[in-house]
Amino acid sequence: MVEQPLTISINGQTADLTAVSPITTLLHYLHQSGRTGTKEGCGDGDCGACTVAVLCSTADGTAQYQAMNSCLIPIGSVANREIITVEGLADEHLHPVQAAMVQTGGSQCGYCTPGFIMSLFAAYYGGKVDDTAVEGNLCRCTGYLPIRKAAALVTQKIAETKPCDRFTEKLAAADPALEPLQYLGHPEQFYRPAQLSEVLDLLHQHPNAKLIAGGTDLGLEISHQRQTFPVLISLEGVTDLKQIHRSETAVEIGAAVPLSQIQTELRGVFPSLDEMLFWFAACQVRNRATLGGNIGTASPIGDLPPVLLSLDAVLNLVGSQGTRRLPLVDFFKGYRQTDLQPGELIRSITVPTTLTPDAVRRDNQSYKIGKRGTDDISIVAAAFTVDLDNADRILHGRLAYGGVAAIPARAIAAEAFLLGKPWTIETVRQVKPLLQQAFTPLTDLRGSAHYRSKLVVNLFEKFFVDMSEGGDRNGHRHP
Amino acid sequence: MVIGIRKPHESAEGHVTGKAIYTDEQRILAGMLSLYPVTAPHAKARILNIDLAAALAVEGCVTLLNAADVPGHNNTGVIVADEMLFPTEEVSHWGQAVVWAVGTTEAAARKAAEKVLVEYEPLEPVLTVAAAIATQSFHTRTQTIRRGDPAAALHQTDHRLSGELAVNPQDHFYLETQTSWVIPDGEGHYQVYSSTQHPSETQTIVAEVLGISRNQVVVTCPRMGGAFGGKESQANPYAAVAAIAAHKTGCPVRVKLNREHDMTLTGKRHGFLGRYDVGFTQDGKITALDAHLYADGGWSLDLSPPVLSRAMLHIDNAYYIPHLEVRGDIVRTNKVSNTAFRGFGGPQGMLVIEEVMDRIARTLNLPPELVRERNFYHGTGDTNTTHYGQELFDNRLMRVWEEVQAKAHFDARKEEIAQFNQTSTYKKRGLAITPVKFGISFNKVCYNQAGALLLIYADGSIQLNHGGTEMGQGLHTKMLQVAAQTLGVDLQRFRMMHTSTDKVPNTSATAASSGSDLNGQAVKDACETLKARLAPVAARLLGYDAPEDIVFEGDQVFCRTYPAARVAFEQVVEEAYNSRISLSATGYYRTPNLSWDPVAGKGRPFYYFAYGAAVSEVEVDGLTGTFKLRQVDIVHDVGESINPLVDRGQVEGAFVQGMGWLTMEELVWDETGRLRTFAPSTYKIPTVSEIPERFEVHLLERAAQDGVIYGSKAVGEPPFMLAMSVREAIRAAVAAFGQGGEVCLSTPATPEAILAAVEAVQALPLSRGGGQVIPQTAVFKPLE
Ligand SMILES: Cc1cc2nc3c(=O)[nH]c(=O)nc-3n(C[C@H](O)[C@H](O)[C@H](O)COP(=O)(O)OP(=O)(O)OC[C@H]3O[C@@H](n4cnc5c(N)ncnc54)[C@H](O)[C@@H]3O)c2cc1C
Ligand code: FES
Ligand code: FES
Repeated sequence: MVEQPLTISINGQTADLTAVSPITTLLHYLHQSGRTGTKEGCGDGDCGACTVAVLCSTADGTAQYQAMNSCLIPIGSVANREIITVEGLADEHLHPVQAAMVQTGGSQCGYCTPGFIMSLFAAYYGGKVDDTAVEGNLCRCTGYLPIRKAAALVTQKIAETKPCDRFTEKLAAADPALEPLQYLGHPEQFYRPAQLSEVLDLLHQHPNAKLIAGGTDLGLEISHQRQTFPVLISLEGVTDLKQIHRSETAVEIGAAVPLSQIQTELRGVFPSLDEMLFWFAACQVRNRATLGGNIGTASPIGDLPPVLLSLDAVLNLVGSQGTRRLPLVDFFKGYRQTDLQPGELIRSITVPTTLTPDAVRRDNQSYKIGKRGTDDISIVAAAFTVDLDNADRILHGRLAYGGVAAIPARAIAAEAFLLGKPWTIETVRQVKPLLQQAFTPLTDLRGSAHYRSKLVVNLFEKFFVDMSEGGDRNGHRHP
Repeated sequence: MVIGIRKPHESAEGHVTGKAIYTDEQRILAGMLSLYPVTAPHAKARILNIDLAAALAVEGCVTLLNAADVPGHNNTGVIVADEMLFPTEEVSHWGQAVVWAVGTTEAAARKAAEKVLVEYEPLEPVLTVAAAIATQSFHTRTQTIRRGDPAAALHQTDHRLSGELAVNPQDHFYLETQTSWVIPDGEGHYQVYSSTQHPSETQTIVAEVLGISRNQVVVTCPRMGGAFGGKESQANPYAAVAAIAAHKTGCPVRVKLNREHDMTLTGKRHGFLGRYDVGFTQDGKITALDAHLYADGGWSLDLSPPVLSRAMLHIDNAYYIPHLEVRGDIVRTNKVSNTAFRGFGGPQGMLVIEEVMDRIARTLNLPPELVRERNFYHGTGDTNTTHYGQELFDNRLMRVWEEVQAKAHFDARKEEIAQFNQTSTYKKRGLAITPVKFGISFNKVCYNQAGALLLIYADGSIQLNHGGTEMGQGLHTKMLQVAAQTLGVDLQRFRMMHTSTDKVPNTSATAASSGSDLNGQAVKDACETLKARLAPVAARLLGYDAPEDIVFEGDQVFCRTYPAARVAFEQVVEEAYNSRISLSATGYYRTPNLSWDPVAGKGRPFYYFAYGAAVSEVEVDGLTGTFKLRQVDIVHDVGESINPLVDRGQVEGAFVQGMGWLTMEELVWDETGRLRTFAPSTYKIPTVSEIPERFEVHLLERAAQDGVIYGSKAVGEPPFMLAMSVREAIRAAVAAFGQGGEVCLSTPATPEAILAAVEAVQALPLSRGGGQVIPQTAVFKPLE
């Protein structure tokens, strides 16, 4: 790694970061430097008021603006990169997304508005301006209708003339590849290596180091100053971890690939993954969150482990001792405990695409139930796979759940019972008592143990019903 | 005309460019200090000792504030002085601020706060309404409003139902948390910037805690990032603490609560318990209602008495109830002190009667909309008069009701939905319509006054001041329109000034939906005064001698009978200046003919009523309890709209906020009284995806309201309650899973609550129609 100046480009102006700790949040830095257009509504990644656009690289290496929550970004993660904030959009005219929001009455108190503007801005250059673009932005005043109307106006505008302005020029000219970075000189150190080997070396040198991928879990600790991080190693720039490989029999997803990229690249491969990603957080978080982080954080309510369990995913781990393959089901050891060894990390996740021998068809789907359909943490998440022969007999079953035990878990007894049974409502009824007994969930602020137990059973029935109704729930929102 | 146009919010460009300045987004001042609270880890506890030594040693810690630092009253109570700013003996709710740390940065203040050692002796807290009733923990004595003889009528009635309904509380979740700046000038005066709906009260409280007179304190509210009632009284303590810090240190001080502190320190919409006993006829007409409302006041009284009053005054909603007694109590619990929130008790009262309506309908096997309609206020005299004796002389219930049914194709869709439900096993749809009648005016009569100050400068530019605050509701936009219309000049001439107590004194809270009614008239009054002064000047310039014929229009001034000869407005202004005519004026207004006798529970507390009706359609998943809001149609009465863009925004926003309250916003406290839902990760307000694809809002046409500014009507709160149609639609869908009979649905109707309701109706025996199938559940528990 080479010595380089520490800067950030904000709205085309370069600022020196030398005096700024790498774990200062981007939002905090913006405010400290007098840029108060970007607002704080929570510091949790949940309200979107702090949304900024970060110049990122797409899978094919072209540049793109992505909406992200600046409250969750340690400034180390965006050092030597370019961001756009709400102050940078208008020249002598309002930007089209701003003009549309003014016209439709999209702002009332205006406190959420900068965040909406930046979500719409990123979507404007991304080519799709819809509800999904703003589902991570809370507005307490408008009831969203005028914002939806603004989005429609912008969509119409894009349809008439493709965006062509200083931002498209910028995108065309930009090289968004992430340079390696050493952000030192503060009590906290931040490294962004490019090579996996460097990550392993750094882990070796700094036993107290913490890996950071998207930072959507760690960022909360940073934003609320609940923990200090003497050494952070960012995985964002490690090319090896950012690949998706597809073979005849499996898909291998790099641990640091952002979920939004998985969403576009793997669309249609695994119905349960498509569905769960659709319900996973919101756009700003999906642009940063990774699969490695979702598994690495080992939360019992993580949404993707059930999906991956239902698909018999295998982790590819790498450490100073070399690499090893570990079925995901063996990874979770207890509440927030994993089999990950010191100095080891998740390199990629292999998800088989082949059916069980003799099977002719697979039904696969996932479900997420929260208090609110959109951008909520699951009360229960579930993912199901059944492989069927040509007589519709079950040859293989995976019933995986989140939110019902200390770890993401499968209903093993129910899976065993299903083997050889016909895929009928009668079989579903017969398996219910086993599902009922499968877990002893807890009551918490999200839901009661009783409700969770009900969902364990009912979601499997729902799966059957959805599949027998012709099945594919893709793109369908709740219920 | 500038009245009636869809003028975007006057700050819209500031909002979308990030240039609009809020209190804490002002340029930080040199030497400015920050505050951070030390919060109590108990719902109720005796304070044994406070040790500040370690905190004071923290680098960047300037000082720590406690009761000893308060030069005046250590109290911020607004109706009674029961709200210690710094508790000295006891803490009364979990998370209460005990000490405040003052730091050179917020991080330093936080570190210092973490080092403060407070010793407590935990005491037994009262955490629920039920526990408060059981232990007789009340703030005030029971209030009663009675019409007729409900006790006797209940004995004679054909049918009778009783039960109770727990109405859930709600967090305001304004996007901008509570914030204040206080800048001392070194001469004993204080300039306060505060995100407050009630600058005059903030001024009063700051003056009281500092022990100085009000004229030493100026409170300015630049604009608020949302408020919804949550910054009516709740803004005061933070301004007060910052003022004490400024007093003690001599430095400018800022405080902005983080979201967790905002949610654990500040009051919410009151949770209520409503108990009722209702009598009705075979055709569903209510003959008598006996109701008792218990409002969870929390630890201090705050604004609970008027909130409870409004709940009691709205327990009738749109319905004529010949014999009615409603009693109200405010229970004291060890929770945050609950406060104003859009609707101010009205929604809680109305939810009880809407629950009753649905129970009557399902008991009798009648369509709920028919039962509702049969009970409407109607005709003249008694049947069109509320239980507190006010006649609805301009009853628009049937207008909004019929119009929304037509617009929503209610009958046809009800038919379609019945068919859908016959063939669909796992998903059922429900359609429901509910009405709203909401009284406009502050219950406290003296609050129904307002002032304005208009300053015209010699170049023809104008500064407009009025007593109302801007929280996003578009008040400033409407006031500009009123001023431009009245003065007949371009909107561009105006600068809307930040609301400030040195411009308009003794203002009322911007609340009770009354902002534009009251301030609009005051602004108009000021404009009329100046016009009257300018008209003779213009007449002279034009060479006429009849100032009463002078017209101000289109930025020009002319004589009604000779419109061809005109002078520019600024020319008149310049001439007025040269002729030594005063170019500034105040305006004033008070709402006429209000009366309220709180002891008798009778009077004319409202200047008029606002009306609306909504039709909602939902689809419920019987396996998970999740639902989708498919379509909403609304007809709402805003009078002659001053600004349809703004008014529509109020209707839509209020509806969605109400929908959130009734379906997903669940505040959860644990058994120690600690709020567990203190962030948007756990407290869920609606997102764009919860909004129905079809969402049609119609403003009632030909609806001018007599005696109100330009024929308009208040709009802030009434549409909030239109969201009850969503709850009723869910109930209709749940009912479709069963064979008839009642539907017991708790609030909020989360997926878990809905699934429980579905399971309950599936377990019900077949209703005989007209029978009384009352499931034995918590909510329908008959009264002892
Ligand atoms: C607003 C919001 C909404 C959310 N919604 C959801 C949701 O709907 N469903 C859900 O499941 N989660 C949700 N989350 C949680 C979070 O987004 C996910 O867990 C996400 O996948 C974490 O990925 P990350 O890359 O951001 O992890 P980081 O925060 O970067 O890391 C998380 C943990 O994993 C470790 N780690 C990261 N990468 C690796 C690796 N390659 N090998 C080993 N350890 C690693 C880190 O050291 C850290 O301990 C939400 C979070 C927020 C803020
Ligand atoms: S401040 Fe709410 S998401 Fe960042
Ligand atoms: S405009 Fe106030 S929160 Fe959106």
